[in-house]
Amino acid sequence: MMAAAYESGAISLEGVMKRFGDFQAVDNVTLDIKLNEFFTLLGPSGCGKTTLLRMIAGFEMPSGGRILLDGKEISDLLPNQRPVNTVFQNYALFPHMSVAGNIGFGLKMLGRPKGEIRAAVAEMLRLVQLEGRGDSAVTQLSGGQQQRVALARALAPRPKVLLLDEPLSALDLKLRKSMQIELKRLQAETGITFVFVTHDQEEALSMSDRIAVMSHGKVRQVGSPADIYHRPADRFVADFIGETNFIEADAVSIAGGVARVRLPSGVEIPATFPAGVTPSGKVTVVIRPEHAQMVAQAGDGALRGIVGDIIYLGTDTHFHVRLDDGSPFIVRRQNATNGPSEFSPGESVGIRISDNVAQIVMNQP
Amino acid sequence: MARTFSVRRQSGFATVAMLCFFLLYLPIAALVVYAFNAGTSIAIWEGFSLRWFVSAWNNQQVVEASWRSLRIAAIAAVLATACATLAALATTHTAPYRGLTAKYAFINMPLLVPEIVTAVALLVFFSRVKLWTGYSGLGYLILAHSAFCVPFAYLPIRARLESMDASLGRAAADLYATPLQIFRHVTLPLLWPGVFAGLMLAFIISLDDVVITEFVKSSGQDTLPTYMLGQLRRAITPEMNAISTVFLLLSLSLVTVFFCLSRNRKKES
Amino acid sequence: MTDVAKAGETRRRNDIRDRWLLSAPALTLIAIAGTGPLLIVLIYSFLAPGSYGDVKWEFSPNGWFNVFLSRDIFDNTVSLADAHYTIFWRTLRLALATTVLCLLLGFPLAYFIASRPPGSRSIWLFLITIPFWTNMLIRTFAIAEVIRNEGIINSLLMRLGLLVAPVQMLFTDFATLVGMTYVHLPLMVLPLYASLEKLDFRLVEAGYDLYASRFGVLLRIIVPLTRPGIIAGSILVFVPALSSYVIPLVLGGGKNLMIGNLIELQFGQGRNWPLGAALSVTLVLVVMIAVIFYMRNAGEPGGRAHG
Repeated sequence: MMAAAYESGAISLEGVMKRFGDFQAVDNVTLDIKLNEFFTLLGPSGCGKTTLLRMIAGFEMPSGGRILLDGKEISDLLPNQRPVNTVFQNYALFPHMSVAGNIGFGLKMLGRPKGEIRAAVAEMLRLVQLEGRGDSAVTQLSGGQQQRVALARALAPRPKVLLLDEPLSALDLKLRKSMQIELKRLQAETGITFVFVTHDQEEALSMSDRIAVMSHGKVRQVGSPADIYHRPADRFVADFIGETNFIEADAVSIAGGVARVRLPSGVEIPATFPAGVTPSGKVTVVIRPEHAQMVAQAGDGALRGIVGDIIYLGTDTHFHVRLDDGSPFIVRRQNATNGPSEFSPGESVGIRISDNVAQIVMNQP
Repeated sequence: MARTFSVRRQSGFATVAMLCFFLLYLPIAALVVYAFNAGTSIAIWEGFSLRWFVSAWNNQQVVEASWRSLRIAAIAAVLATACATLAALATTHTAPYRGLTAKYAFINMPLLVPEIVTAVALLVFFSRVKLWTGYSGLGYLILAHSAFCVPFAYLPIRARLESMDASLGRAAADLYATPLQIFRHVTLPLLWPGVFAGLMLAFIISLDDVVITEFVKSSGQDTLPTYMLGQLRRAITPEMNAISTVFLLLSLSLVTVFFCLSRNRKKES
Repeated sequence: MTDVAKAGETRRRNDIRDRWLLSAPALTLIAIAGTGPLLIVLIYSFLAPGSYGDVKWEFSPNGWFNVFLSRDIFDNTVSLADAHYTIFWRTLRLALATTVLCLLLGFPLAYFIASRPPGSRSIWLFLITIPFWTNMLIRTFAIAEVIRNEGIINSLLMRLGLLVAPVQMLFTDFATLVGMTYVHLPLMVLPLYASLEKLDFRLVEAGYDLYASRFGVLLRIIVPLTRPGIIAGSILVFVPALSSYVIPLVLGGGKNLMIGNLIELQFGQGRNWPLGAALSVTLVLVVMIAVIFYMRNAGEPGGRAHG
């Protein structure tokens, strides 16, 4: 087995820029990816996450800034000079080589002796559970198996950092779920720093140690999945990750790092806010649908409204409520029992908000 | 019972198609049949004989011209394919750069310029060069053939490169391969069918050429097609049919190999 | 600019330099032994003819002048060069007729192949490509043998009693037309097939569903949708037909010249190189115009449908 943890593999990005003509693909990104971390770059397509990954791999040269690996600048090294390997979105397996040929390719290029390559290939095949398939043609493998070969190929030279460019996007849902677990296991077993690019927020939340949310070439927020989900820094992050209710409110006071905001209904609730800002006046408050409950007595809740559509989703039910001021609000309730909903469309209801769940977000500049 | 309706059918089209196939093959078939005629006529059948094949085989001029044709075609095909492969590598999987379109157009220009014009241009140019250098060997023919074969070799190679996944090269670079190693271990093995197709096309095209050869050749440098063109102006015997039949057979076998190869390739993908 | 940006710029420039180095052999080859010498032809068209072929190195517009006009050698009067116009007109007429004939025969042929089951299509296509790859001279020769006075057609018709004496077909414009159509038909069929193969037959079904007849569907749906193939095929036939040399030489005989033979004549017996050069440049220009027309029109169907 491989060493449980690597001693190196930390990446620092310092003010990294990338322009394509007039298009600013990556705009002044500064990030620290820690040793042995499962780090995810998350964002919608075109946000610059893949370009950032390609710059770390060496396929693109930054237009400005520096990329450091373990404190040493690697910005101007060629891809074949960087101890960093990539799992490509379409796998990019060499169709004219066997599974073993693919996995051993990196070590062969590094000029390692044949015996060592053979041993490493065998170990990799075991690691990705493809024992005995070394001589198969890669074109005859299923999508999931190709994915494993791509992983094994990138891991075989024991890179300091493994870059994964939307590697699961071509797989169907079931396979994707099992590969997510597999990737997590591989990362834990090898201890290699993983930098993972995806536009799928669920994938990012379930796999990552930390996530950087990107949009328009900028990093919006870096944090743990829970941070990102519960304490979004701005409106974009809150909107992009999960379903969200936005409520316009007035900031009334701040005490002990918690603000009090007055909702349109006049009720005041506590709300946390991102570091480095001082909320005052009109603010936007984020409340996740699962953090609100419906109550029959309209007066009992922090908000009041009328039930619109009720959407049954198996594990839970979504209630689309129109608030008194006309704005929409979604409440998610787990279907603990399979009885009929006690609410029906057109009914007047109150909405109670759980304690310490509201978060103030900044509107995007 | 019920009349079947086919969306694809157009009345009369199948008849025209069959007629076309018939007309396409009739002259060739007649040509081949009369190559085996025992008489001296190319229209009156006088029994089966191989005499014209024997006579062609014993015709010193025919043998020399054939040998020269094959030699020129082989060298020109290799030269053209080598140049075309490098050029294809230079014009694919790249961000557009200054001169790329012009380069592409220039490589394909021999396809556009009428052969007769290229022929007189080469006549004018090479006759000067012959005067300057005193050299009047096969080199001119080989160079001219290589040049007009370049686009024929270039097209299939470029098509193959274009259809090749660009990320394969990146994957190899990512796995520590130098540019030369990428070419040797990834690009060339995948490109090989295209290179082979290009080589074959160039060979056939060179073998077929008559116009440019006719203008560029020095005396005593007849290739098989220019020899035949010269003979066509005289009284024709079935010997011409015999030569043509052998020539046809050669082209046919090359095309068949080419066809089978491209068919296998389609099955692979 | 930062160091890394400079390094990136250098790498990009080196890449472009390498690409020029890689294409240098092909470009050089074509420049010296392919189409590069056309420049010499262009220059020659503005020089005076030498006495025994070749040129005198002095400027003269006579090459171009003689393309369109002729000066009477006795009374110096200028008139249109009738002989040339006859040849131009024959060239254009034969090239157009060849294109139309190839289209009329090639469209049903390509359609027939495209409507076969996918497995057998490549066999049919192969049958089209065999003549395409067999020597053009041999095919021309084969046609000559079939239509000559003692050839199959005449002897068959005479044996059947339909003819008393053979009909002279060889060494006529008709022979040239037959030969050009025969030789160039595959060039029409291949692009037509490529277009027809991509044709979405659900659109044809929609046409029938909306009460179109078979002919209506053909005219209003299939033909417009395969327009790129029709244009490509027509240009692929028209351009080489326009510049034919061997076919009119072998089938048309000595007197039914096309422009290709006229050019050859100036460099051979005519010994008027500047005129031959000017004719060559004219031919290239006509071909280029046809090709540019093709490039402008060969886009996807519908792209310029209303333009």
